[in-house]
Amino acid sequence: MKSLLKTGVAAVAIFAANVAQADEEANLVINEEIEITVRTDAPAHAENLSTIYSGWVFRSDETQSLQMDDFENPGMIFVDDAIDTWNTVEGSEGNSCASCHGEPESMAGVRAVYPKWNDAAEEVRTIAMQVNDCRTEQMGAEEWKYDGGDMLNMEALLASFSRGLPVNVAIDGPVEAMWELGRDIYYTRYGQLDLSCANCHEDNYGNNIRADHLSQGQINGFPTYRLKNAKLNGVQSRFRGCVRDTRAETFSVGSEEFIALELYVASRGNGLSVEGPSVRN
Amino acid sequence: MAENVKPRVRVPRDATAGEAIVIKTLISHTMESGQRKDGDGNTIPRSIINRFTCEFNGELVIDVTLEPAISTNPYFEFQATVPETGTFDFTWYDDDGDVYTDSKDITVG
Repeated sequence: MKSLLKTGVAAVAIFAANVAQADEEANLVINEEIEITVRTDAPAHAENLSTIYSGWVFRSDETQSLQMDDFENPGMIFVDDAIDTWNTVEGSEGNSCASCHGEPESMAGVRAVYPKWNDAAEEVRTIAMQVNDCRTEQMGAEEWKYDGGDMLNMEALLASFSRGLPVNVAIDGPVEAMWELGRDIYYTRYGQLDLSCANCHEDNYGNNIRADHLSQGQINGFPTYRLKNAKLNGVQSRFRGCVRDTRAETFSVGSEEFIALELYVASRGNGLSVEGPSVRN
Repeated sequence: MAENVKPRVRVPRDATAGEAIVIKTLISHTMESGQRKDGDGNTIPRSIINRFTCEFNGELVIDVTLEPAISTNPYFEFQATVPETGTFDFTWYDDDGDVYTDSKDITVG
């Protein structure tokens, strides 16, 4: 059964007998062309992990196969929308994304290194912050809402052209303070349930938390199309959902704490491939 | 015209005579059911694609009636036997009178 799935024959998924079990040995090749690293040695700074896994390996056969073919991947519809936006002139400066960057193919590799330090602004920037900087400074256009629909579509487009390239987020130099803040947050227990990120995603990945199969919480696949809400989901909105589920008062999307956490969690996935827009449940 | 409607079709480039091939189609469309209400309690008017057809060299392959319960971005996957080289024509009919089309050639060798 699995060997057939590997060839990308999506219809086979209909006949898969066991819907709940993930095949953790499966390999991901998108469009029979883009090879995705879904498991690799953990980077040295993820000191409590030996192997890092993409969230894809924890999903069911059916969900996995949706991501093997762009035609089946519902997230690619949003990428198509973003390509139209890419070429649309907005704002007072008469620029579109294409005016400076040309074809979106030129953005290959960009997603893989964010969040990263911006020298001029002297801050750590997520890719969403950089997109908004482009919009306000280069285009004279309105900012997009953080993790809003327009922003997630554009993030999905940027991710899609970096698919297959290894995540390579810098953790030293000027970002070090933010990275350490992110690590502190990762290991801090929050909420009435008294849970840290690590309790689920480091100590218990592969186990079930009630009906949910816990992943390592890697974010190489974001923005993610979730079957539960049938839309793209941003990293920080996902963080907020997780912290909320510990019954804690959460940080805000776009806050310094979540930027730090995004930087830290992204760096734990150094070596996995960029996968966005991925498909998860 | 409804916004952001984009038909997508996947048909193999070639086939052997009489072979059953798999055709996949997807069209981005909101498929507003007409059952929902907006924030002020007013009914949001129905706006769906109500019919989808596929023809091969002028001969009807499939003709589908779509109803309001069908969700956003309707996806169809079906098989067709291909007797000869030719063209598949795909047509979607919108409630507002718009017609969206796409076509794909296939070579039988």
